[in-house]
Amino acid sequence: MFAVFRDLVRYNAEFTIGLVLVVIIVAFSAASFFSPVDPSLIYMTIPDQPPSAQYWFGTNSRGQDMFWHLAAAFKNSLIFGLTVAVLSRIISIAVGLTSGYLGGWVDRVLMFINDIFVSVPIFPILVLFYFVLRNNMDSFTLALIMAGFGWPFDARLIRSVAVGLKHREFTRHAVFAGMSTPKVLLEEHLPYVMPIVFATFMNNMLWSIGLEVTLAVLGFTNINQPTIGTVLYWANSHSAMVVGTWWWIVIPVILIVMTFLGLFLLAVSMNEYIDPRSRLRRMGA
Amino acid sequence: MHGYLWFIAKRALQMLAVIFCAISATFLVTHLSPIDPVEQVLGRLSSRANLSPEAIASTRAALSDLFGTGAPLHEQYVNFWLRLVRGDFGPSLMAFPTPAMDIVARAMPWTLGLLVSATLITFVIGNLLGALAGYNQNNRFFKLFGIIAMGIQPIPYYVVAFILLIIFGFLWPVLPISGGFAMDVTPGYNWPFISSVLQHAILPTLSVVIVGFGGWFIGMRALVSNVVNDDYVTYAELAGVDKSTIVGGYVIRNAMVPQLTALALALGGVFSGTVITEQVFNYPGLGSLLIDAVNYGDYSLVLAVSTVSITAVAVAIFTVDLLHPLLDPRVKAE
Repeated sequence: MFAVFRDLVRYNAEFTIGLVLVVIIVAFSAASFFSPVDPSLIYMTIPDQPPSAQYWFGTNSRGQDMFWHLAAAFKNSLIFGLTVAVLSRIISIAVGLTSGYLGGWVDRVLMFINDIFVSVPIFPILVLFYFVLRNNMDSFTLALIMAGFGWPFDARLIRSVAVGLKHREFTRHAVFAGMSTPKVLLEEHLPYVMPIVFATFMNNMLWSIGLEVTLAVLGFTNINQPTIGTVLYWANSHSAMVVGTWWWIVIPVILIVMTFLGLFLLAVSMNEYIDPRSRLRRMGA
Repeated sequence: MHGYLWFIAKRALQMLAVIFCAISATFLVTHLSPIDPVEQVLGRLSSRANLSPEAIASTRAALSDLFGTGAPLHEQYVNFWLRLVRGDFGPSLMAFPTPAMDIVARAMPWTLGLLVSATLITFVIGNLLGALAGYNQNNRFFKLFGIIAMGIQPIPYYVVAFILLIIFGFLWPVLPISGGFAMDVTPGYNWPFISSVLQHAILPTLSVVIVGFGGWFIGMRALVSNVVNDDYVTYAELAGVDKSTIVGGYVIRNAMVPQLTALALALGGVFSGTVITEQVFNYPGLGSLLIDAVNYGDYSLVLAVSTVSITAVAVAIFTVDLLHPLLDPRVKAE
């Protein structure tokens, strides 16, 4: 594990940049655990102060210190992304491994369902959920719904690996030794697909946080909970760019770009590392 | 030819399954939720005007008749499909008594235009440049381009659209940032209208293109950089085949097959992207309509927009799948 990490840092500049960006964002959002104010309260400080020594990121028109507010927002969004990623990984591992190992009609049915989920446009469906749930829609419900839609791409990837594993010697040994199917899948095959799970984990976080931003900007989530999207929602509803409180928009956008770029670079470099051809090319072998 | 028919039949079945499942999900979400659409609409109506209790009671009866909420669930489900097949979603509340379907039909061309043009531009340019970058791996220009594409690609649609809005709305106001066409032109086949429509389409299209472009570029570059090491490319090079023929005729064509599959899979996401882009630029398409309808609580219109967009995306994916045999003769031959 450590050797992999060392190789990645040494040979892969993208991984290093991504790691630095993600560490900065995680450290920043972890700061919100020491926040002196409750970030959901409004009118706690003087509104509309530009960034200064006292208010590093300025304050917004709702009287919130942007530094602590953004820290809490990024913490909530990252937790949201993690929840969706973990839940949807569980589904995709279960579907991918079963489908690849069992094959036959189970495989065909599962992949048929899989293809349906892939091609459904998720945005109208999420909006529909908000439309009927309204204020009952909290971030965990949203995470559950998104996890229900976030697995199919990765399930297919995992399946393609599992199909190959099925015919390997050790699988046959395990089966002849009397190992039950769930045990073969979890103990023998799962370790082989873990790299894919990690790489897709980042992509899935990107996807879910991006969708959350989209929904929140339109006001289609719980707008009183600070997240990346709701920060932009409130900035828009106070016309931050027009009034001249540019820091309310510019600083979050910079941080968002850092987050997305960081996660994306991590995902890309891990994908590259998994493929031995591109790994060797990079190491100059 | 038999293989091709089989392929189409399979895809068509899949398209129908997608439409069926997604619309059934739409039905379930709206009907199993604890919130009653009838009460929601009544709440809206009575907050605007003072209604007598009798009027409320008769409106409630009329509405539950309209939404069919009185009947048992399976009966509602059948009725829902029967009305859907006829394209009847009932009147829109936002623009009462215009049928919801008419409003959707009016918004449809805008979204379709935006979606099709943006997807075409993104797909063609992204793949072409990606193929060139994969073929000329040591070219400095393409390396720089790859870094930029990688940097832009993960940014959400909303943020890109917003940055464009700030640049062209506040810093350098040369392009229209809101609406589908200027107020002072008459819609129809005249030049001022068409040029106004084109001008207004630039920024929304651009923001969809910027986000989508990187993915195709990076994907194609990776595919081509694997293909160029294949024996047949080396053979063609040794045989002195023209470079442009190798890239255009052999390399791109082989690498395009997975990209076409990816295009079909990406369409749903691109549609979600256009929804948000439309909202940012106030573009009169389905996305803006959906958001307005949700904010207004217009039940029939929300259902109409979501079912139509689900169907449209499924049909678009099917159309892309039909193009497969053009690139991959194996599909036809089997």
